Amino acid sequence: MLEGFARFARNRMALFGATVLVCLLLLVLLTPVIYPDDPFKLAGPALQPPGGRFLLGTDTLGRDVAAEIAYGARTSLIIGVGATLAAIVFGAVAGGVAGYYRGRTETVLMRITEFFQTIPAFIFALLIVAILSPSVSSEIIAIAAVSWPSIARLVRGEFVSLGGREFVQACAGLGASDARVIFSHMLPNCASSIIAVGSLLIGTAILLEAGLAFLGLGDPNVMSWGLIISAGRAVLRSAWWICTFPGIAILLTVLGINLIGDGLNEALNPRLRER
Amino acid sequence: MSQTVLELEKLTIALPSGADRANAVSDIDLVLRAGKVTCLIGESGSGKSLVARSILGLLPRPHVRIGSGRILFEGQDLAVAPQDKMRAIRGAKIGMIFQEPMTALNPLHTVGRQLDEVLRIHTSLGRAARRARVLELIDSVHLPEPSRIIRSFPHQLSGGQRQRAMIAMALLLNPRLLIADEPTTALDVTTQAQILYLIRELQREHGTSVLFITHDFGVVADIADEVAVLQRGTLVERGAAGAVLGAPTHPYTKALIAAVPKLVPPAPRPANTQPFIVEARDVAKTYGTRGLFGGRVTLALAGVTMELRRGETLGLVGESGSGKSTLARAITRLLAIDGGEILLGGTDIAQLSRRQLRPVRKRVQMVFQDPYASLDPRQRIIDIIAEGPIIHGTLPGKAREEAQALLCLVGLDASAAKRFPHEFSGGQRQRIGIARALALHPDVLVADEPVSALDVSVQAQVLALLADIKARLHLSMLFVTHDLRVALQVCDRIAVMKQGEVVEVAPTAEIFFNPQHSYTKALFAAVPGGTWQDRKAS
Repeated sequence: MLEGFARFARNRMALFGATVLVCLLLLVLLTPVIYPDDPFKLAGPALQPPGGRFLLGTDTLGRDVAAEIAYGARTSLIIGVGATLAAIVFGAVAGGVAGYYRGRTETVLMRITEFFQTIPAFIFALLIVAILSPSVSSEIIAIAAVSWPSIARLVRGEFVSLGGREFVQACAGLGASDARVIFSHMLPNCASSIIAVGSLLIGTAILLEAGLAFLGLGDPNVMSWGLIISAGRAVLRSAWWICTFPGIAILLTVLGINLIGDGLNEALNPRLRER
Repeated sequence: MSQTVLELEKLTIALPSGADRANAVSDIDLVLRAGKVTCLIGESGSGKSLVARSILGLLPRPHVRIGSGRILFEGQDLAVAPQDKMRAIRGAKIGMIFQEPMTALNPLHTVGRQLDEVLRIHTSLGRAARRARVLELIDSVHLPEPSRIIRSFPHQLSGGQRQRAMIAMALLLNPRLLIADEPTTALDVTTQAQILYLIRELQREHGTSVLFITHDFGVVADIADEVAVLQRGTLVERGAAGAVLGAPTHPYTKALIAAVPKLVPPAPRPANTQPFIVEARDVAKTYGTRGLFGGRVTLALAGVTMELRRGETLGLVGESGSGKSTLARAITRLLAIDGGEILLGGTDIAQLSRRQLRPVRKRVQMVFQDPYASLDPRQRIIDIIAEGPIIHGTLPGKAREEAQALLCLVGLDASAAKRFPHEFSGGQRQRIGIARALALHPDVLVADEPVSALDVSVQAQVLALLADIKARLHLSMLFVTHDLRVALQVCDRIAVMKQGEVVEVAPTAEIFFNPQHSYTKALFAAVPGGTWQDRKAS
């Protein structure tokens, strides 16, 4: 594990991504201290340009953009991480069962997975949120619902290849139960790929969340980056800062997470190591 | 003295920092002469394959590179030759045959096209001339129906045919030097004998110089004119084949030759009259699927019957595809069978459910072929060995204590317990695999090619360990192997399998002196180095 960390740290881009993420986490943790007030509260005159009393200016209603972004970061991270965890758990179970038992179970589970993959992800997510009524939890459900198939396919593939390996057979030969083979041998051996792909999923989930909020399907009571951009788009030409700063926040976060994902993939995946 | 084709002068190949030694090979001096076969022999990790690659300029640079020394070929130094010059030499003047012909051939192109491509790149021959040359070469490697072969894809040929196609490809341009890197290791013994004969024949015909890389002294005895022995990157002995094999001077060479299992009559063993512990009755197994769109079905076991007596070692000998591994897996119930019975101590275990099988699993344990794949890379050694007893209800603390004792029994240091599999060598891992099998106190040990992935010197140690443990713990053992020499050494009786059937079963001495079935005779005839060892034995 230490060795893996050293390999990760050798990758400059991944280190940059990790730095961005650490800054973001610090921002989220310190938000209640820096901006103790509700981000929806009117803080001053509307449409103040950045640099004055308000670091990043104010929006059309006179809310502090910097405070909005700080609170939005929390929303983005909660939804990104929550949706990814849900997708990993569900995808790993579906893919794992399919890859371990093969046969008819696999056919059924994989056809269901494919069914989910044929629906355009964003439209499907929109539909789910619209049905469940917009809230943080329904956003998590929607994003998880469109993200799990890729994890399921990955885990299934790993399980199929691990299933033929001699150490798995050896364990079965000792008389081990299915649960033991799956949880103590197969899952630990594909954990690295799951971590690598899962970290990339967080970035996608944050983008999806921003998109949903932009279209007005985010939780109306929770500040989010998509919501700020959505509110500011009408005055994009006169007050560029409202849309620009949350946009940069999204860009940096997703870029950072993707770089970490690539770094993890390289550090944990032996096939890519020799480069 | 025949003409020198290639000369290695103080060749040193540097490894990246952090490798187990600074140089893969150091100060190698070797002369390859026209019309001679030079065998470079060494165990895994000796650097023998890197020598071959360095000649062709195919080292995995920049990690591994030529540190110093010269590779003289036709007056130029290949060690410093630029890549475009090397491209002109590779294939045209130096041909290469690899270990695994399936990966060396492009699976998407026909054999004919791949041979044709070589001619297209290196010559200005016209279409018809190229085709004629390809057919001529295919014919010269004794492939049947050349016109059909050139239209075949690699997967449509057998392993031996593919290797013949590779040889044809390597010889297309009449190279002065042919480098063969373990060309017969992936093949069955009978095929191996044919390929060795073919290489010898073609090499004599064309006066080609051959650098033959191998780990098998039997192969060396069959093919070599000159021998060079490589030990961890140093050339320890070099000379004419007869001299090196007959009267080795370096202790390493002596040890290696002593470790080669001999094709000699086994010591007579008292007949075993104990009751049967394992009986297979008409066991049948087919692989493949009969799906919605049809499918391919392979018959792996066609009604096999065999018995293993208590305390006996029964050898299952056969070539790949003979069904010997399938039978081993059927007896350990890692595979479900389609028909027949498997009796363990008189009760049929073939139809038991998973739950009913559990107590049976304790009694039959398996040692696997590949020591690298058969241990979970993420488990500590102690946990690997203790896992079986824990599954069967032993308290973890006690299971670990027993595992610690087993480590000692299989000849590993107690400190091994806390380490992970990748920190061990192949032989040590195989010992761990044996300890894992023994942890459940089985009655029957099924060993599926337990030493075929190991170097000869390690092979001998693991075989000795197995024999010792078997005697001490009164085990019965089913020993699956493709190597008759190993089978003669360890088995009381030998069952010869071919195409899913047992064609002959007899006590070891009987099968050695008086093989009945024609296939058994062919197997004995094909053992590499057979005649050399006959001479030594007599």
